[in-house]
Amino acid sequence: MQISHRLALTGAAALGAAGTAAAPAIAQTLNLSVNIPRLSVAEYHRPYVAIWIEKEGAAPRTLSVWYDVDKAKGEGTKWLRDVRQWWRASGRSLSFPADGVSGATRAPGEQKIAFTAGKGPLGALGPGNYTLIVEAAREVGGREVLRLPFAWPPKPGATVKVQGSSELGAIALTFGK
Amino acid sequence: MKSRFLIAGALAVLMVSGAAQAHRQWMLPSSTTLSGTDSWVTVDAAVSNDLFYFEHFPMQTDNIVVTEPDGATGKIENAAKGRYRSTFDVHLTKPGTYRIASVSTGVMGSYMLNGKQERLPRGTTKDKLATAIPAGATDVQTAEMSNRNEIFVTLGAPSTTIFKPTGSGIELVPVTHPNDLVSGEAATFQFLLDGKPASDLKVTVIPGGIRYRDALGQIDLTTDKDGKVAVTWPQPGLYWLNASIGGGREGGPGGTGGEGGAGGAGAPPAPRPQAPAGPPQRRAAYITTLEVLAP
Repeated sequence: MQISHRLALTGAAALGAAGTAAAPAIAQTLNLSVNIPRLSVAEYHRPYVAIWIEKEGAAPRTLSVWYDVDKAKGEGTKWLRDVRQWWRASGRSLSFPADGVSGATRAPGEQKIAFTAGKGPLGALGPGNYTLIVEAAREVGGREVLRLPFAWPPKPGATVKVQGSSELGAIALTFGK
Repeated sequence: MKSRFLIAGALAVLMVSGAAQAHRQWMLPSSTTLSGTDSWVTVDAAVSNDLFYFEHFPMQTDNIVVTEPDGATGKIENAAKGRYRSTFDVHLTKPGTYRIASVSTGVMGSYMLNGKQERLPRGTTKDKLATAIPAGATDVQTAEMSNRNEIFVTLGAPSTTIFKPTGSGIELVPVTHPNDLVSGEAATFQFLLDGKPASDLKVTVIPGGIRYRDALGQIDLTTDKDGKVAVTWPQPGLYWLNASIGGGREGGPGGTGGEGGAGGAGAPPAPRPQAPAGPPQRRAAYITTLEVLAP
């Protein structure tokens, strides 16, 4: 197990180096599909959603935050703290709107978002075990946190899936080139 | 008997928490963790039996001081006093941790004059002590008191500037920041007494919501030699933390630290022995309200 892991590690390092030098198009991506359930409640607001990654011994990295960005005077930021675990891990040290991270809330249904290694909020990933975390908090509603563990670099064809039960639906993380 | 109750009453008013086991003073912020760049908290302040229900007395808000994250003095706004609670707002415009504190210091005591025991007037301060005791007074007994009731609220990321100790009374120094508490995780706080680590200090933690459960759920802790305690929060919610020294009436009926004959209902109370006048007894109390979030 350890040997294959090491092999994968060196292989990825070589690939990464070649990729940045020659063809950025083959950079690795994290493709995330987040299902926001359609809820039949009297008062529905789209959830605030934060997506971030954690690795033991490293600072958490916020990948995306969907909140009420269009409210006057940045009032939407008032409720960011309700996305509690993300707020504690990463949010409270950011300033908003955060470049490449902030986005408007999204409608129920399947929402797809991709992050490229070495670029944007994801940045370069060292080899190791990571957790991608999706947390949703809804105004006058509930809160749910889902954790998707993955190894970096990923094995070809690796996918991580998890099923939410209240504020989040199915979440799938796949890796692409 | 009557005078004993008067004394107990005076103690309850002055000592707030130390002597008044039944009543608990508290301030309750609407939120301890805030985001954005401009937020408000509303604070309820009361003295009550249960936590955090206002059913007894409003807390005085006259001497509440707000310290902003950069050390500047802020203010409370919209202060109002109701029958059972006081309420006020604090406007947060700077990133970091704010302290909202009610601090009082003073001297209480008694002396004998012309064969009668007299008590020092309320509000006597240390520098006015000499004038407060008339010539010819004997058996002078005094106790210096410091009471601190404070809460913390944070806009954005927690900061620690406001935790610089003043060196007076019991103070909390964060090892774990009081606005960064999560159930299931241990939090460590250090307590100082007059600026020095308060070892062997009794610290009591009680979860809020007493009305809806039978057991008080009190957590009793004692500080180590460095004045530190570790608390593992059993569940998310609000907690009332209290630490005090010298609250009991040492030498009085019921023994050291006793509640003045509370155990001997049937027996006639023994006359209060007059301890010799000595160096001032130190009495200090510390109260805070902590919010623990769900993981």
